[in-house]
Amino acid sequence: MNSTQKSLFGSTQSPRSPSSKPFLYVSVTDPVKLGNGVQAYISYRVITKTNFPEYQGPEKIVIRRYSDFVWLRDRLFEKYKGIFIPPIPEKSAVEKFRFSAEFIEMRRQALDIFVNRIASHHELQQSEDLRTFLQADEETMERLRSYEIGIFKKPSDLMQIFKDVQSKVSDVVLGKEKPVEESDPEYEKMKQYIFELENHLAEAQKQAYHLVKRHRELGQSLSDFGKAVKLLGTCEGNALGKAFSELGTKSEALSIKLQREAQRLLMNFEEPLKDYVRAVQSIRATIAERANAFRRQCELAETMKLKEINLDKLMLTRSDKVGEAEREYNELKAESEQATRTFENIVKLMNEEIVRFQEHKTLDMGITLHEFAKGQARLANDVAGAWRSLLPKLEASS
Amino acid sequence: MMNHENRDYEEAHPHESQEVMESVLLDDPSDAQSFTGHLQPSRQVTVSDDPLLSSPLSFTAGQSPKSPYNTFLDPPSYAEAMFASSDSPTNGHETSEPSSRSNLSSSDYLYISVSDQQKEQELTNSLVPGGNTYYTYLITTKTNFPEYGGPGSEFSVRRRFRDVVTLSDRLAESYRGYFIPIRPDKSTVESQVMQKQEFVEQRRVALEKYLKKLAAHPAIRKSEELRVFLEVKGKLPLIQSTDMASRMLDGAVKLPKQLIGGEAVGTVDLNEVAQPAKGGRDLLRIFKELKQSVTNDWVGTKPLVVEEDTEFTERKEKLIELKQPLSDVSQQAESLVKSQQDMGETMGELGLAFVKLTKFETEEAIFDTQRTRAADMRNVATAAVKASRLYRELNTQTIKHLDKLHEYLSTMLSVSNAFSDRSSALLTVQTLSSELVSLHSRIEKLEVASSKIFGGDKTRMRKTEEMKKAVRVTENAKLCADREYERIKENNRSELERFDRERQNDFMSMLRGFVVNQAGFAEKTAAVWEKLAEETNGYLRDSS
Repeated sequence: MNSTQKSLFGSTQSPRSPSSKPFLYVSVTDPVKLGNGVQAYISYRVITKTNFPEYQGPEKIVIRRYSDFVWLRDRLFEKYKGIFIPPIPEKSAVEKFRFSAEFIEMRRQALDIFVNRIASHHELQQSEDLRTFLQADEETMERLRSYEIGIFKKPSDLMQIFKDVQSKVSDVVLGKEKPVEESDPEYEKMKQYIFELENHLAEAQKQAYHLVKRHRELGQSLSDFGKAVKLLGTCEGNALGKAFSELGTKSEALSIKLQREAQRLLMNFEEPLKDYVRAVQSIRATIAERANAFRRQCELAETMKLKEINLDKLMLTRSDKVGEAEREYNELKAESEQATRTFENIVKLMNEEIVRFQEHKTLDMGITLHEFAKGQARLANDVAGAWRSLLPKLEASS
Repeated sequence: MMNHENRDYEEAHPHESQEVMESVLLDDPSDAQSFTGHLQPSRQVTVSDDPLLSSPLSFTAGQSPKSPYNTFLDPPSYAEAMFASSDSPTNGHETSEPSSRSNLSSSDYLYISVSDQQKEQELTNSLVPGGNTYYTYLITTKTNFPEYGGPGSEFSVRRRFRDVVTLSDRLAESYRGYFIPIRPDKSTVESQVMQKQEFVEQRRVALEKYLKKLAAHPAIRKSEELRVFLEVKGKLPLIQSTDMASRMLDGAVKLPKQLIGGEAVGTVDLNEVAQPAKGGRDLLRIFKELKQSVTNDWVGTKPLVVEEDTEFTERKEKLIELKQPLSDVSQQAESLVKSQQDMGETMGELGLAFVKLTKFETEEAIFDTQRTRAADMRNVATAAVKASRLYRELNTQTIKHLDKLHEYLSTMLSVSNAFSDRSSALLTVQTLSSELVSLHSRIEKLEVASSKIFGGDKTRMRKTEEMKKAVRVTENAKLCADREYERIKENNRSELERFDRERQNDFMSMLRGFVVNQAGFAEKTAAVWEKLAEETNGYLRDSS
C-alpha cells in the first residue's frame, strides 16, 4: 500500500484546517533488534498523529513489538464481532529467517498497513483498545499483553469453553448430530465464495512467489554466464575477445537488475497477494464467530422454551419454587434477547463489511497489478536498452 | 549438452487450460492453439531450410511428430513475424552449416539428409532365430558436383551405423592433419535407458548433423570415401576397420619373424609408414616408437628432428587454453537457457492462476466491484500468458545461437586429433632418424673391426651388407615419413587458418544473433506489460 491508498481511506491531512476533518494517521517504523539469543525480538516505533478528541494529544510515539499487535488484533476480534478485522502477518516459523533484513521490512510494512486499516475503519477507529495500543506506556502494554497471551486465561473465557463443551454434549444427548446452522441461501453462497476464493488466491500467491524465485535464478544465471563469457573473451583476444568481454559485462549488469526486480516483486506483488489471502482467512474467522453466535441464540431460545414449560408446570402446582424459577426464566430471557441482538448485529455488520471488502480489494488489487505491470515493463525496457546498446559495438568489431 | 526435463506443464492439464484460456482470452484463438501445440525446444534443432534447397518439405518423411523441425512449420502466428523483422541479417533461420558460407561458390552444393529409420534383420550368422536386428537409415543426397554425375543429381542409399564408423575411420586415415568432424558415439548409456524409438531418432539427427559437417568441409566433401558412402548402393565397399585386439594378435604373430629374421628386412610396407604406429599391426614398430618417445621425454636427449614451427606451437597453446573457457561458457549457456525456460513456465502458471481467479470472480460476482476486479485479472492473465509464450520463443532462438558453442567444443576434438596426427607423424620421423643413426654407427663399428682382420671377415662383411640394405630400406621409409609429416604440417596450417577465420565469423554472428534475439524479446515483453499498465491505469489518481 502506498500513500495514495492511505489518502483514499479518508485520513487526509488538509493543510487548511487540520482540526476540521477528523484524522488518525499511524506509522510503524524503525525496526530495532533488542535482547539476546532466544529472547531477542524486534521492536517498532509507532507514531500516531491525530485530532481525535479521545486521544491524549496531536502526536504520540510508543515502542511496540509483534505480540502487542497480536494483542490488539485479538481484542478487536473479541469486541467487534461481525467486522472483518484486518489481518496480521504470520509468525515466522523458521528461526534464522526471523532477523533477515528482508523479513523485517516485510513485517514492518504489513504491520503498518494493519494499524492503518484499523485507523481508517469507521467503527474500529473508535476502539478503546486501539487507543491503549497507540498511547499506553510500555509497562502497561507488557502487562496487558502477558495477561492475554499467558496460560491463565480470564475466568469468563473458561466459562465460555465450558459452556461450549456443555452445549456440544447436550446436542449429542438431544440427538442433534450436526451443529445448528443458518439456512440463509445467500449467506451460504457467500461462505462458499470465501472458501473457494482463498484457494484461488493461495494459488496465485504461490505462483507469485515462484516468479520471485525465477527472477533470482535468472539473475544468477546471467551473472555466471557473463563471467564465463568474459573469461573466454580474454582467451580469444582481439576483436572477438573484446566482443565477448562487452557481452559478459552487459550480462553481469543485467543480473543486478533482475535481482532488484526480484526484491521488488517480493514486496509489492507477492506480499499484497499474501495479504489478500490473510484477509480472506480473517473473514473465515468472522464466519465462524457468526456461526457461534447463531448457535448460542438457538440454544438459548431452546433452553428458554424448556424453562417456560417448566415454569408453567410449577405455577400450576403452586410450588414454592415458582419464584426462583421465574427469576431464572427472566434472566434467561434477557440473555436470549441479548444473544439474538448480538447475532443480528453481526449479520448487519457482515453485510456492510462484505461490500467494503470487495471495494477495497478491487482497489488494492488494481494498484498492485498496475505496479506489477509497470515494474515488469521497466525491467524489460532496461534489458532491451542494454542489449541494443551492445549492437553497434558488435557491428564495429566484425 | 542440453538435457531439459520434459516438464511440459500444459500437457498436465491440456484440456482444462485450453478451454479456460480460449473462453477468457479475447485475442485470436490461433494463439491459444499454437500455445498448447508448442513443444519443448530440444537441443537438436535440425534447421533443414538450406536456402539452396527447393523443396524443404520433401525431407520431412520419417521424421517423428515430436521433431523440433515441426515447430518451424507452424510457429505462433505473431512471433515469427515480429522476430524476423527485428533480427539482423543473421536471423534465426540461418543454418549453422558452413555450406552457406561465402568461401564456397554458391553454385556448388552437396546437400545430405538422413531419414526413414528402419529395423532390419541380420541375415548371416544368426544362430538364434530372430536375433540380431539393427537399424538402417535412408541417406538422401542432392548435389551438382561433377564427381557425382553432374548437376541436379539426387540419389539415396541405405546405411547402418557400422558403415558410418567405417567411413569415419577411413577418413581419419586419408585426411591426417585435417580437422575432421567427429562422428556420433557408438553407444551411450542413454541408449540403454531410453526407449529404442527415441534413441534411434536421436541417432538419426546426429548422423544428419555429422554428414552435413562432412559435406561442409572443403577437402572432405570431395573425398572418394564420402562419395562411395553416399552413392554406392548395397554393401559399403570400404574396408572395415578391425578391432584393436585382432590387430594386436596379428602383430604378435609377425613379431617373432621380425625379431629372428634380423633387423628390418626389406619388406617395409611404405603405405604403413604413412600411418601412425598405433593403428597398425606392426608391434615392433610400436615398441620402437614408444622407445623413441620415452627417449624424447624422459631421457632428455634432444631428438634429431623437432617441431620447429614456433608459430604453430603458439597457436596450439592458445587453442589448448581455449578449451576450458569454451566448455564453461557452454555449460553456463545451458543454465541460462534453463532459467529462461523456468521463468517462462512460471509466468504461464501465474497466468493460469489468474485465469482461474477471473473465471471464478466472474461466475460468482454479486457486486460490480467484483466484475471490475475480474476484468483486471483477465488482463493480467492475458499478459502473463503472452509473456510466457515470448519466453519460449526466446529460448528456442537462444538454444540455436548458443548451440554454436557446443559445436565448437566438438570441433576442438577434431583439432586435437589433427595435432595428434602431427605428433605421431613426427615421432615416426624421429624414430626412423634414430634408427638410421644407429644403423650407420653399427656399420662403422663393423667396418672398423673388419678392417683390422687381414683378408676381411666373411661374417662381418655379410652383416655389413645386410645392414647397408637395411639402411637403404630405412632411408626410403624415412623419405616417406618425411613427406607425410610435411603433408600433415601443411594440412594443419591451412586448417588452422580456416578454423580461426570461421571461428571468428561464427562466434561474432552468434553473439550478434544472441543479442538481437534478447533485445527483440525484451522489447516485445515490454510492450505486453506496458499494455497491462495502461489497462490498469485508472487506479492511480495521483501518479507517483
